[in-house]
Amino acid sequence: MSFMQKPKVSHSQLPKNALGLTSRDYEGGMSTLCAGCGHDSITAALIQALWELNIAPHGVAKMSGIGCSSKTTAYFLAQAHGINAVHGRMPSVATGANAADRNLSYIGVSGDGDSLSIGLGQFVHALRRNLNMLYIIENNGVYGLTKGQFSASADLGSKAKKGEVNEQPPIDPVITALTLGGSFVARSFSGDKAQLVPLIKAGLMHNGFALLDVLSPCVTFNDHEDSTKSYAHTRQFYHPAVHADFVPARQPIRAAYDAGEAMPVELHDGSTVVLRKVSQEYNPKNRAQAYSYLHEHQKRGEIVTGLLYIDEDQREMHDISHTVSEALRDLPHAQLCPGAAALDEIQDLYR
Amino acid sequence: MQTRVNDFVIKIANVNGTGSASANGLLMKAIFRMGIPVVGKNFFPSNIQGLPTWFEIRVSREGYLARSGRVDIMVAMNAQTYASDLADVSPGGYLIYDSTWPRDRELARDDVTLIGIPLAQLVNAEFENIRARILMKNVCYVGVLAALLDLDMAVLGQLLSETFADKQKLIAGNLKAMQLGYDCAKAQHSCPLPLRLERMDATAGHIMVDGNTMAALGCVYAGATVGAWYPITPSTSLMDAFKDFCERYRVDPESGRHRYCIVQAEDELAAIGMVLGAGWNGARAFTPTSGPGISLMNEFIGFGYYAEIPAVIFDVQRVGPSTGMPTRTQQGDLLLCAYASHGDTRHVLLFPADPAECFQFAVQAFDLAERLQTPVMVLSDLDIGMNDWMVPKQRWDAGYVPDRGKVYSQEQLRDMQVFHRYSDGDGDGIAYRSLPGVHPKGAYFVRGSGHNHRGDYTEDADEYQEVLDRLRRKHDAARALLPAPVIRSRKGVTTGIVSVGSCDAAVREAMDVLAREGTEVNYLRVRGFPFSPALQEFLDRHERIFVVEQNRDAQLKSLLLLETGVDRRKLVSILHYGGMPIDSRCIISGISAALARGAAA
Repeated sequence: MSFMQKPKVSHSQLPKNALGLTSRDYEGGMSTLCAGCGHDSITAALIQALWELNIAPHGVAKMSGIGCSSKTTAYFLAQAHGINAVHGRMPSVATGANAADRNLSYIGVSGDGDSLSIGLGQFVHALRRNLNMLYIIENNGVYGLTKGQFSASADLGSKAKKGEVNEQPPIDPVITALTLGGSFVARSFSGDKAQLVPLIKAGLMHNGFALLDVLSPCVTFNDHEDSTKSYAHTRQFYHPAVHADFVPARQPIRAAYDAGEAMPVELHDGSTVVLRKVSQEYNPKNRAQAYSYLHEHQKRGEIVTGLLYIDEDQREMHDISHTVSEALRDLPHAQLCPGAAALDEIQDLYR
Repeated sequence: MQTRVNDFVIKIANVNGTGSASANGLLMKAIFRMGIPVVGKNFFPSNIQGLPTWFEIRVSREGYLARSGRVDIMVAMNAQTYASDLADVSPGGYLIYDSTWPRDRELARDDVTLIGIPLAQLVNAEFENIRARILMKNVCYVGVLAALLDLDMAVLGQLLSETFADKQKLIAGNLKAMQLGYDCAKAQHSCPLPLRLERMDATAGHIMVDGNTMAALGCVYAGATVGAWYPITPSTSLMDAFKDFCERYRVDPESGRHRYCIVQAEDELAAIGMVLGAGWNGARAFTPTSGPGISLMNEFIGFGYYAEIPAVIFDVQRVGPSTGMPTRTQQGDLLLCAYASHGDTRHVLLFPADPAECFQFAVQAFDLAERLQTPVMVLSDLDIGMNDWMVPKQRWDAGYVPDRGKVYSQEQLRDMQVFHRYSDGDGDGIAYRSLPGVHPKGAYFVRGSGHNHRGDYTEDADEYQEVLDRLRRKHDAARALLPAPVIRSRKGVTTGIVSVGSCDAAVREAMDVLAREGTEVNYLRVRGFPFSPALQEFLDRHERIFVVEQNRDAQLKSLLLLETGVDRRKLVSILHYGGMPIDSRCIISGISAALARGAAA
């Protein structure tokens, strides 16, 4: 049995958000992943971000595919609808769901197998469509549920637990997203909650497809020496290129930033993400520069993280298709059916 | 030759990409406007330009809409297929050819009258532009046929002016080309031929329309808002038509924004995924496709079945297996669709027989999908979907209210103790669902993995079986909700025909012919799956049943054997699967031969 009810323990001292909810109200079922799994840290970051953003839990739709990562949508927001699609096909289900109701928040959680192997086609097309959703890839370079095969994100020369060496180049979701016109491209690490939480918030508030690739070590099959997706390796080569501070709407930006280093970007709901660049040469609003920076640093084996690229002006799917602002699913039939007289009129064209 | 009024077949052989389709449509529509029943079948290649194409127009005062198997007048515009086109003409028929160029003397038949008209010469003398010359040659042969068949030139002129209402310049040119052909035929031949047209009043209240257009119209009227698709012949025109109707009737007058969302998916896997996502989220959503698309959609169809998500799929069937013949027709997806996907799955299918039923069944499909919370497939075919059929004008019941099925409202969720997604509270096999975003108590987790009646993950045998057994009960209950079979039967007749979809017109004509020859047969046309109890009764009542269908492996017969208690020795297959729409002859000869064998034995 891999579903467990999480016991509800109420602590009267827990702080409440603007909706009067505690972080407990944002939790889900008990995780059945291995102890120490990076995915559980991401779930915790999601819970914190959603609670802090005061998002009503049932206003979120949780989308996932198949795999360890896809199971995690059961571990947060028990009061939100969730859907476990077939393997690699969550992006299409999310596209349809979003088409039906553009006013919910969509969170997709996928893995490197689900998004970069079996589901690469759907992943890149949802990205091209600039579907308005937060899309998290919990990336560990390995197939966990089937016990340790390489995934498409495994690095060249990385060794499997039993010693086999990966000889195929990796598919990097961040490079892929930059190349295909992604409007929000970020990378983080499950072990860096301070970086992860603001990125999740910014991704949720971004008007379009927010890709968040999170390195999330698999403690059981890919956390050994010679693995490039282990905790130790990730920590050693971790290179934050840009820090993102999330400032909610209607709140003044309090922190003091050095001129020239801080780059505020206003998101569509009025909130702001302030990007603090570690390096002067980096420009997260310039696709070509972001790409070459990543490329240079990756050649050195560094794992570049942060909100690496953002373009808040790119139109999302509904803007492109000129859909009405209400949810299509809620439109009354009278607004959809042309009626008896029109049917007569239409058919007269076929006389 | 004996005079035949309003009862003959014209076949036009041409090269695709030359604009012949509009000329042929004009010809057919003009006959229809003269009040004479007519049907047109387009046999076109999977190609854009340069390959042979044929258009067959059957004029039938009796109103028979299937192919007859005859060709009385061949318009041979394609040198490439000239020899075989000549061979196709029925004895006593006519062949019209372009006499601008010398014709191979070897190619002639004693029993076919050849009529040479210098089409290219006539047109080239009048038109300078190369493209115009090609196009006008087609309109010119329409003029020739008008003279030979007594087709009303005023009706043709009226149609032309409607077609080119916003391109006045084109009207004059077309009229000129038509008149050239008309005058030349009048001058050189005795007109009309013994085969000719005469005004009737048999098309009032009817329209000439294809099934894809009518299915699209049904989607609009049913209130579908999300359409996802991947282009595939012969289903593409369904989404094209939906888009056209939506641009006219689904734009918010104030904001100019759309009350619909069409997504061209990256493939059929994504198209059905989008439809399921939208259905899960409470919108009426559909995807048009054909056999290869259904093959790709199989995994998701099983997901929709098991997770109980409404979806409407139009399968406009074409010739398989594999890529097959994309521009030819078949009924080859019956078994594929009935049990699509791995594991124990069974689906709700609707089988329209013509464009009118495409409209009606499209609307019903959305009601059924939401009532039964499952994917519903509407199986038409290329013949229904892409050819123009004469069907009664459809009426819309202003009192129609969409059946959104069992969906808990916000208030109901608020007031309940606990919501269990897959509980059969009403005992009809259908559980209540909740939509995302409505109320926190409605939240549940949709999964294609094993689940119990609460919607929780399970690997427990009893819990798993409880859900699976309910799904079977639900599917059985669907029988009563589907359109009933159409039965034409007389007491005391012991031979029956069971058929499906676009075979209908050919079966009806065959029955009339057989009756005139003294053989009475009864007829049942299946319109839905799971099968109606009326089908079992029909099978029980008849000693011998001919199962008429358009595939090699007798898929409808297989379904009858699997899903009814019929004695297999009673069933005799009549199969037609070459890709051309079935004609009555193959049914008549099949039945006659079997009955003769039976009498001999």
